[in-house]
Amino acid sequence: MKVLVAVKRVIDYNVNVRVKPDNTGVATANVKMSMNPFDEIAVEEAIRLKEAGTATEVVVVSMGEKKCQETIRTALAMGADRGILVETDDELEPLAVAKILKGIVEKESPDMVFLGKQAIDGDNAQTGQMLAALLDWPQGTFASKVELADGGVNVKREVDGGLQTLKLSLPAIVTSDLRLNEPRYASLPNIMKAKKKPLETVTPADFGVDTAARVKVLKVEEPAKRQAGIKVETVSELVDKLKFEAKVV
Amino acid sequence: MSVLVIAEHDNASIKDATLNIVTAAKELGDVTVLVAGNGCAAAGEAASKIDGVVKVLVADDAAYDHEIAENMSTLVVSLAGDFTHILAPATANGRNFMPRIAALLDVAQISDIVKVESADTFVRPIYAGNAMATVQTSDAKKIITVRTTGFDAAAAEGGSAAVESVAAAGDSGKSSLIGEELSKSERPELTSAKVVISGGRGMGNGENFQLLEKVADKLGAAIGASRAAVDAGFVPNDLQVGQTGKIVAPELYIAVGISGAIQHLAGMKDSKVIVAINKDEEALIFQVADYGLVADLFEAVPELEKELG
Repeated sequence: MKVLVAVKRVIDYNVNVRVKPDNTGVATANVKMSMNPFDEIAVEEAIRLKEAGTATEVVVVSMGEKKCQETIRTALAMGADRGILVETDDELEPLAVAKILKGIVEKESPDMVFLGKQAIDGDNAQTGQMLAALLDWPQGTFASKVELADGGVNVKREVDGGLQTLKLSLPAIVTSDLRLNEPRYASLPNIMKAKKKPLETVTPADFGVDTAARVKVLKVEEPAKRQAGIKVETVSELVDKLKFEAKVV
Repeated sequence: MSVLVIAEHDNASIKDATLNIVTAAKELGDVTVLVAGNGCAAAGEAASKIDGVVKVLVADDAAYDHEIAENMSTLVVSLAGDFTHILAPATANGRNFMPRIAALLDVAQISDIVKVESADTFVRPIYAGNAMATVQTSDAKKIITVRTTGFDAAAAEGGSAAVESVAAAGDSGKSSLIGEELSKSERPELTSAKVVISGGRGMGNGENFQLLEKVADKLGAAIGASRAAVDAGFVPNDLQVGQTGKIVAPELYIAVGISGAIQHLAGMKDSKVIVAINKDEEALIFQVADYGLVADLFEAVPELEKELG
């Protein structure tokens, strides 16, 4: 089976994000960028399917400016076979991303598409579900375990009350949660090899997708800052404060 | 403006999250609540009593057992024509089926709003709550998930909405539930508890969470955990508080043995009062705590239990 994985280039999760003084967004100049951590987990899962002999090819897609090539190369160094960059300088909303991915799916005909459950920049958590809807495929979101069985796929999902397992028919969409696996680090030889793997560049227009924004960002602000309070010396002082100052117990 | 709220429920009753969403919906227009489930008449009845709800739609069918996204989305799309806004809580369920509904309607979704500015403009956190974005949608129909902690709960009693059954919209046959491992707890729900006591990596192992249980018993608190504690296997995933876990904003949040990674703070920094107990006085958690106690949790937590009487 063929597996498609969608990856996003985002501000590295260790970076302390700063709002721009003009309130138009967050500062991205000279900031370390990385693959969205949930997408790394999605790539790892696809590669494991290949190593297990289940998947025959792992294709990685990313969208955005030319530098997204780096993100694709990271996935190729982890073990994916080839990459597709949908190059655009436009800010793509999840619905537009899903529409472009639909076009790629129709061209590539994968049996499964893996995505991260959310990107840590916009925190939208929409793209996988939207792609599933547009393709009329079933979805297994927030996956913590994926098992192919009886011609379908069983997806264990992290839900509010605990865990839930769904049986999906194929083809299907799976979005990865944190505990699906621990992604590998690419070795130096594999990073070198990845440079020779095929990487094709296309544009949103190739799929006839209108990428005009539906949602306008009016402003981006710092959240209300919480002030550090006081240090108490003893547990009894703490309980005293909670009872008589904060009045919460 | 007419607003459809998709209720979070367990067939027998309405979950607290629904009450917060009704408050957000009331700011936008007349509120209709959809209860879709299997054997959910009692939940429909409960929804009709929520203060400010005008109408309740009940879709009672096996297809809506466990709110499977494929089936929920076709149902909601079949009902969508009458509404300007469709809201659901940003719970695991809402986050699962809402984007599917949005895509079927060819509408952008606004995720996780914490404030309604106007009929088309909303405030939502981005970058794990390190920035707040005010966004305006140009779509005629607004598909929105709501962060429950952003809005007060509507009164569960006082309303007398008409209850109407709606036809089921079929089963996709592409997805079915084959297993569930749900945590059983007598404690209040983590996301709506007045007091939450959470443990982190500093707890050392799962057994030590019993120390927190004893304090929770005294305070009627829910138990939470940091990602580190869940990843280490101390406690199940549904206790995780943070950017990718649950968002909580109780009256009192007690963080025990939690260092305070940005991703954890994103899930609890809107709590009214924050207490941190950690032996590392440099721990980031102290930067957001109202009351910090630098101490060995294995001594401080049993003492806290005793002091609470």
